[in-house]
Amino acid sequence: MKILVCISKTPDTTSKIAFKDGNTKFDDAGVQWIINPSDEWNALVRALELKEKDASIVLHLISVGGADYDPIIRKALALGGDEAIRVNADSSDSYFIASQIAAVAKEGAYDLILTGKETIDYNGSSIGGFVAELIDVAYVSLATKFDLNGTVATIDREIEGGEETNEVSLPVVVSCQKGVAEQRIPNMRGIMAARTKPLKVVEPIAVDALTSLVSFELPPAKAGVKLVAADNVAELVRLLHEEAKAI
Amino acid sequence: MSVLIFVDQTENHIKKSSYEVLTYGVKLAAQIGTNAEAIVLGTVNDDLSALGKYGVTKVHHVANETLNHVDAHVYTKVIEEAVAATNATVVVISHNTTGKAIAARISAKLKAGLVAGAIALPDTSNGFVVKKSVFSGKAFANVNIATAIKIISLNPNSFHVTSADGTATVETLNATVEAAKIKVTAVNKVSGEVPLSEADIVVSAGRGMKGPENWGMIEELAHELHAATACSRPVADADWRPHHEHVGQTGLQIAPNLYIAIGISGAIQHLAGVNRSKVMVVINKDPEAPFFKAADYGIVGDAFEVVPQLISEIKKLHNN
Ligand SMILES: Cc1cc2nc3c(=O)[nH]c(=O)nc-3n(C[C@H](O)[C@H](O)[C@H](O)COP(=O)(O)OP(=O)(O)OC[C@H]3O[C@@H](n4cnc5c(N)ncnc54)[C@H](O)[C@@H]3O)c2cc1C
Ligand SMILES: Nc1ncnc2c1ncn2[C@@H]1O[C@H](COP(=O)(O)O)[C@@H](O)[C@H]1O
Repeated sequence: MKILVCISKTPDTTSKIAFKDGNTKFDDAGVQWIINPSDEWNALVRALELKEKDASIVLHLISVGGADYDPIIRKALALGGDEAIRVNADSSDSYFIASQIAAVAKEGAYDLILTGKETIDYNGSSIGGFVAELIDVAYVSLATKFDLNGTVATIDREIEGGEETNEVSLPVVVSCQKGVAEQRIPNMRGIMAARTKPLKVVEPIAVDALTSLVSFELPPAKAGVKLVAADNVAELVRLLHEEAKAI
Repeated sequence: MSVLIFVDQTENHIKKSSYEVLTYGVKLAAQIGTNAEAIVLGTVNDDLSALGKYGVTKVHHVANETLNHVDAHVYTKVIEEAVAATNATVVVISHNTTGKAIAARISAKLKAGLVAGAIALPDTSNGFVVKKSVFSGKAFANVNIATAIKIISLNPNSFHVTSADGTATVETLNATVEAAKIKVTAVNKVSGEVPLSEADIVVSAGRGMKGPENWGMIEELAHELHAATACSRPVADADWRPHHEHVGQTGLQIAPNLYIAIGISGAIQHLAGVNRSKVMVVINKDPEAPFFKAADYGIVGDAFEVVPQLISEIKKLHNN
């Protein structure tokens, strides 16, 4: 059994969001980079739980990014996993990124490919779907529970207003969210070991991007809160009804 | 040429988010000088010709019951054929749970550029530039799609629904429905409540409510407003409320017209799930609570005093 977990890096959730170079680039001055939360706490931790139960599982991590990704990949390797692959390319196009992951996935004949539910910076929620189509396997999105029984996965996934239980034969691509993994890995016990784990850097395959980033913008500043006295709740209701037209 | 609008259904009824993508797709078709057609998959009990009210001329229906559940692989093949049959140059889908399952897959199949999580009509004055939400609602990105066929998935609650008189012709589309790779063994819907992801109004409460026994007033307020209920993460973690109510960076991201936050401090991870709401109201006894910085309206006060008054004032409003 071979599992591939997709690891992306994102600015820490408390980062100030600003842009530079004529609003075409994220301004990362002073920004802390972290492993994208759902990649770490959901996809990776679930893969580690599976590996704890079945030591024969081979667990690889993949990132598509420049050398600036290496500290994040090392951090992920410290949590667990046998080796990591970094495809040395930088792109804002999800199809391009997914094509790189798909190429590695095909080559490595993975049985299970896990992604996070979405990157908290790009919010595409789309890499998993792209990869599944590119390697022509089933895709289960937004998983909240994942179990393996031999080569059949039983997965709960979010649907509008509820959940659905899916049964699917491997190979499968699954995007993971809250609920999928039980435990948190308590500490970085593997930091030393991670230094000696292989981090392979491979060059990207040639792919034409389907989209390109033109610019970023910040939302207009809020006018500021309108406070109403606690003993005048009627006034709040009036404002919501007449001014905001929200009720 | 046409704009093909994917109309999503659940339990044989058209989803509310579909009216939004219909309105969006019809406006987009007018903007680029073509007509808008809809595609519906699975068995549906609603009158599909009534989708004409939103401006589509034709509704293509594949009434195969395999399609009552979303299998991304099966759906993708059907949509591919629908795109060919309608000569579509743009496909519009909601960025809801179905959209998240299928949009990228369709994009890869058709080599059609996707913007996932769009919030406005594209700017077609120079290319095809779609504005999307990024950084969990804290910024926008303008993304150009360069391919001949374009796919847009629209963030729920980001486009105002409009309708008028009209009927659409409904046609059966004979598309290939492949065998599903996914077997659905159980469906567990939260019934009788307004689904959080589709709600216009959301009443949300946090640790300031002290304990699950105090949620009666939150539910009553939600009931008066026909709202869904939500909560902060520690509330769900402590099992005061079910996990599907948890909003925020690690929970559900929502964008209702009105979000009322009661006894929630407004941590950045919480805001990441709600700051696309149109109007935010905060009730918190601490004037320094960070949520006030993000809010439109606020009351500094004790929830246990303010919420009952709010319920009675809203009752008064509704009785007038
Ligand atoms: C990686 C990460 C991800 C996270 N993801 C999420 C997420 O998705 N969603 C989320 O919500 N949180 C998330 N959190 C947690 C978040 O940082 C906050 O800890 C959490 O949102 C706080 O919840 P709260 O506001 O209910 O509780 P508190 O922070 O305890 O705030 C309670 C508030 O209630 C007020 N209050 C108390 N009594 C009353 C009263 N009688 N009347 C009125 N007001 C009163 C207090 O003044 C206070 O502001 C995440 C944290 C991390 C580190
Ligand atoms: N550059 C990347 N390298 C590896 N995996 C990625 C990358 N970008 C996104 N992913 C994976 O795809 C998921 C969805 O990303 P997105 O479609 O951008 O929301 C993430 O949670 C990651 O697991």
